Order: sequence, then structure tokens, then C-alpha cells
Amino acid sequence: MKVGVLDKADGSAYIEQGKNRILVAVYGPREAHPKHIALPHRAVLRCRYHMAPFSTPERKSPAPSRREQELSKVIREALEPAVLSEYYPRTTIDLFIEVLQSDGGTRCAGITGASLALADAGIPMRGLVAATAVGKIAGKIALDLSDTEDKQGEADMPVAIMPKSNVVTLIQMDGTLTHEEFEEGFDIAVKTCHTIHEQQKAVLKERYLAIKEEVEEKSETAKGEEEE
Amino acid sequence: MYVEKKQLVAPGEILAEGKYLSGENTHREGERIYSSRVGVVDLVGDRLGVIPLKGRYIPHVGDVVVGRIVDIAMSGWIVDIEAPYPALLPASETFGHRGPRGRMDLSRMFDVGDLVVSEVLAFDRTRDPLITAKGPGLGKITGGRIIELSPTKVPRLIGRKGSMISLIKKGTGANIVVGQNGIILVSGRSRDSENAAIHAIRMIEREAHTRGLTDRIQVMLRTKMRGE
Amino acid sequence: MLALGKRIDDRGVHDFREMKLEIGLIERACGSALINLGKTKVMVGVKVEEGEPFPDTPNEGVLTVNAELVPLASPSFEPGPPNENAIELARVVDRGIRESKAIDLKELCIQPRKKVFVVFIDVYVLDHDGNLIDASSIASLAALLSAKMNEYDIKNGEVVYKPGLKKLTIQNHPVAVTLAKIGKSLVVDPSLDEEQVMSARLTVISDKDGRICAMQKGGAEALSIEDVKQGVAITLSRASEIRSRIMEAVRT
Repeated sequence: MKVGVLDKADGSAYIEQGKNRILVAVYGPREAHPKHIALPHRAVLRCRYHMAPFSTPERKSPAPSRREQELSKVIREALEPAVLSEYYPRTTIDLFIEVLQSDGGTRCAGITGASLALADAGIPMRGLVAATAVGKIAGKIALDLSDTEDKQGEADMPVAIMPKSNVVTLIQMDGTLTHEEFEEGFDIAVKTCHTIHEQQKAVLKERYLAIKEEVEEKSETAKGEEEE
Repeated sequence: MYVEKKQLVAPGEILAEGKYLSGENTHREGERIYSSRVGVVDLVGDRLGVIPLKGRYIPHVGDVVVGRIVDIAMSGWIVDIEAPYPALLPASETFGHRGPRGRMDLSRMFDVGDLVVSEVLAFDRTRDPLITAKGPGLGKITGGRIIELSPTKVPRLIGRKGSMISLIKKGTGANIVVGQNGIILVSGRSRDSENAAIHAIRMIEREAHTRGLTDRIQVMLRTKMRGE
Repeated sequence: MLALGKRIDDRGVHDFREMKLEIGLIERACGSALINLGKTKVMVGVKVEEGEPFPDTPNEGVLTVNAELVPLASPSFEPGPPNENAIELARVVDRGIRESKAIDLKELCIQPRKKVFVVFIDVYVLDHDGNLIDASSIASLAALLSAKMNEYDIKNGEVVYKPGLKKLTIQNHPVAVTLAKIGKSLVVDPSLDEEQVMSARLTVISDKDGRICAMQKGGAEALSIEDVKQGVAITLSRASEIRSRIMEAVRT
């Protein structure tokens, strides 16, 4: 996971998970275009999830598919609870998720990356959102299925959590799960999201910590030399 | 209190519980105060705040800002001040204005693309900022170099009671106009003096969150200007 | 009011609105159902036609679900291609039917890689008073169960129709139950008024054996972990009742 990878965007993140390669950019808060979508008391969050034509084994048409449109909606709804949009009335915050290479679980990686990009842009948030998918293969609950595993598996359940208040901002499922299997998978997903959350926090701080270390060390040695 | 002053925090991280006040870039949920952005913890008395490391400029009345004319309106100009809201500079808020002016006259005063130093007269959640170019130090920019800085670093550039910016001005002999919106105008007697000032600004941008910055800037300016 | 266990329309928090299912109104369709769920009205039409299989499933028939939020159904619906809400609605209903394997797609193969039967499920929302997902899912199941197509034989990879009608083989009965979170309560089958004040919704589609085949959280706010667990339990308990009502409506 990396943040600040794009120059023009206000915030950005790049995430590699298995064979997934996803780039996320945030522009905003910015003037609403078209003006009529602006809300008087808060910012409007817009999200576009899109897969590059070369991201899948067989070339995918660049036109947005129904799946991409549904995912754009659910991803937006996964992040909305985290954004303190009241700070910027009459603006939009635009989120762009580009899947450069896909291998299952892209919406989760996209949500995790989008949280990083939003935080990187300095947009005030209640907390970060982390996401992961659990599935069922050969009767057993498994974590983070790849594309082939998903196609052969019996269930796929993406979950997104805001660990700060331990709330669920996304949950979807397709396949077959008994009530018990659901509970087992859900608990594993929640725990995993907490782990991912620790990584997210570290990534957001790491460049600043690196600079801090670098210059404060130099200062120490420089001071030492001056004193000599 | 769970964190130390000057500690680096991420959105959603808990700062303190109990008798503290929720300051800038923090939010309160029940008894607990959390960070809303990536930044550095600041404590003034009982007030806990987070100094953000990145973010877009939000206008405040009284701010001096550097903007670019993007359009000519009925009785004034639309100015891009790098905020999520376009600013309006009414013709009545400039010198040399007498009675209603046509579009041709307005463009002779300030044309699209011109840069102007102005002050924010009015701004609230329901309307776009109103700026003025009447006043000492305000008006069209005719020379110098423009540097863009993240607006969150401007307070560090100015320093306590203007200490940092004075240090740079004295150390380089350059004239520096600092826009609160992160647009800085540098004009020096020589290329070297301008370059030294710009170098200082870039250093502050990179190291704003570290300790000992003032000393390092001092050292850097001394070495740079020694070449003169 | 909700804290007292009552809703504006006097329902219990886990009660569905009054439901009426009319089967077979559209004769031209293979199957059709009109549902009245409270004031929400959704019409679903099923058509079975010959078509081509998808390249990655050459021996299977095709299931395709489309939903239209027709402008006459609500002041908030505009004419145009399906928007994100219509797409989400169609895809959730699709998942319920597909993942529960309600239709045996292999049975619909005519000639592998060349010809298969395509089952079109078209959801037409006529009046939006909340909970379009459940209404659409229930009506879709009813339309499928009552759908009839011409009897046929397959000779040399071609379909030869013969007199008589046969029903589609529907081997599972997925039912969607949606909950809305309002304040601290979870309410089943939200009306439009309730949807406008809810913080989030959770849809759970379960099959005749009580297994979960699809889930979808919606809404701009979050659900607590308890909400999700409780929600799943509530929906599973309500689904069987809805299922029996569908079966009864189809029988008559």
C-alpha cells in the first residue's frame, strides 16, 4: 500500500493485493460541476469504480458495465459514513478507483485504497474504512479469494468495517452459506479488517516519519559536529 | 490523554478521553476525542487539536490570498483562489473604480489570467467568498515568481509572530507575499536571492512536522547566500 | 414512536405490509406476476427465448434480470437508461435466483456452444412506496413458478415445438427480506417514508432450506456488528412465512 502516488490528485493511493493492482485518486473538496448536484449543508461524495480494458484475462470493453455501476454505488456507500462531509457544503469530493489488474476482491482493495486516498487528501474523516472478502471453498471458510477461487467457490462475502467504532459500512454476499457459516465468516472478516486498518494507519504516517527521522538525525549529527 | 504533543496521528485515532476540549480537526464522540485528519497533535491549554499535513484551502475572513482571474462577470471578476469555492472580486473593491463599467473596461483593469493579491472580505457556508483588492499591499501582481505550497503549511512558513518568514526575508533579501491559500509570491533583487527563498519554502513544506526546522533553515540560508 | 415498538402505519417492527400477488395478468409473457406490497406495485414478466450461451458457460442456459424504475412510478424517477438504483435492484434480484440455483440452467441447453434458452426476467416498478427489492424478488419468484413455455423436443440441436405447455423447472425458492435501520431499531419491509429516514438497509435472500444466498447492505450510513447479526436472524425467520404465501398465491 502506498499513498501520495499521483501528482495532480488531491489525494491518492496505490494498492497491490495478490495479483490485484488498484490505483485510487481523490479530487476535492472542489466546486460542484454541474452546480445543481451540490447540497447546501454538506459535500457530495461521488465514486467511480472502473476496470481498465487490460485488467482482466480477456480484454474488457472500456464502457462502464452494470457491475461497475453497482460497485461504484456500494463503494460510495461504504465510504460515506466515514467522511465528515459537513465541513465542505456545496462541494463535491470525487473518488476514482481504477483497477489496473484484477484478480478477485477488487472492491475490497478499492475501498481500503479509497480510505487511504481520502485521508491523504486531508479530507476530515471519522475514521478509516478497511475491507476484505471471505469466501467458502470446498466447504471451508477462506479469506481473500482469488478470481479462480471465487469462480470455483461456493460463496463470496465482501465486508467493510470502520474499526474506529466497529461498524459495518459494506456487506454483500453471493453463494450459499448456512447461518453458522455466515457467522463464522463474518467474524473472520471483521478481525481481518482490523489488521488491515493497522497497516493503513502505518502507511499514512510512514513518509512523514521517514522525513522526520532523516532530518532530525541530520540535525543531531550536525549539532554534534558544530559542538566539536 | 492517549497521545503526546507533536505526535503523528491518522483519522479515527483516539487522542484523549475526559475533560479535554475538541479543537481543530478533531471530533468528539461521547467522552472521547478523535483525530479527523492525518496530522500532528497540538495541545493549547485544554484544547486538543490536530495540525493537518495536507488539505485544501478554506477561506477565512481577513485572509490575504493570491488568486488568478478566471472570468469577468457583470460587475467584477471571478477569481480562482485555489479553494473549493470561486471568489468574487467586485469592481467596487478596486482602486480607480468610478461608477458602472463595461466588460471592456473591466478587462483593462484585470484581465483573465492576471494574478492578484487580495483579502477575504466575507465568507460563510451559504455563499462564495467575496474578496477585495483595495488596501495596502493588495492589487495586481506585475512581477516575481509564484510558488505553490500546501495551505496547511502556511502557518509554519509564517512562524510564531512571523518569526520564520522574517528569518527568510532577512536571510535572502527577497520580498515575499504569503497567501493563506498556499500561493506565495517571491521577488528578489537577484535570481540567487529568489532561489534561496524558494528553497527555504520547499524545505518547510517537506519538514513542517519535524523539530529543529528553524535552525536548519538558518543554516541553509547562511550557506546558500554565502555564494553572493 | 419506534422505541415503543410501533411504526407509523401501526405495524410491528418485524411485520411485512399487506401483500397481494396476482399471477398471469400478461398473457404474452411466459409468466408474470403483479405484487402489491403495501402501496408499492411491481410487475415482473418472464420470457423464455432461444439465444446463445455465454462463452464461459457453453452448456448452460442464460438468466438475465433487468429492472426499470419507470418514471410514472415516482416523482423521483426520471426517464433514461437504468441508473445505479435500477442496476443494483436487478443485480440483487438476479443473485438471489442465480445463487440459489432456482433455475436449472443446464436443463436449458439446446445445443452446447450454439443454442440455449434464455430466461428474461424483467422487473417493472409501477409505484414506489418503499422496499422495491423485496417486492421485486417476491414477484420474480411468483412469475417464475407460474411461467409456462411450449412443450418441445430437441432434434439435431434444434428445438421442435409440439402442442402443450410445460412449466419451468424451479428447484429452489429464494426470498428477499429487507430491514431498515431507523434510530436504534431494525424494521422489516420499510415503506418509502421509513426509507427516507433510515440510516442504512440490509437485504438477505434465503432459500427454502434456510441457507443464505445473497446479501446486500445499502444506505449512506453504517450498521453495527450486532445489527448485521441480528438482521440476518430476523430475515431468516420471516422468509419462510413469505415463501408460503408465494406458494399459495401461485397454486390458486
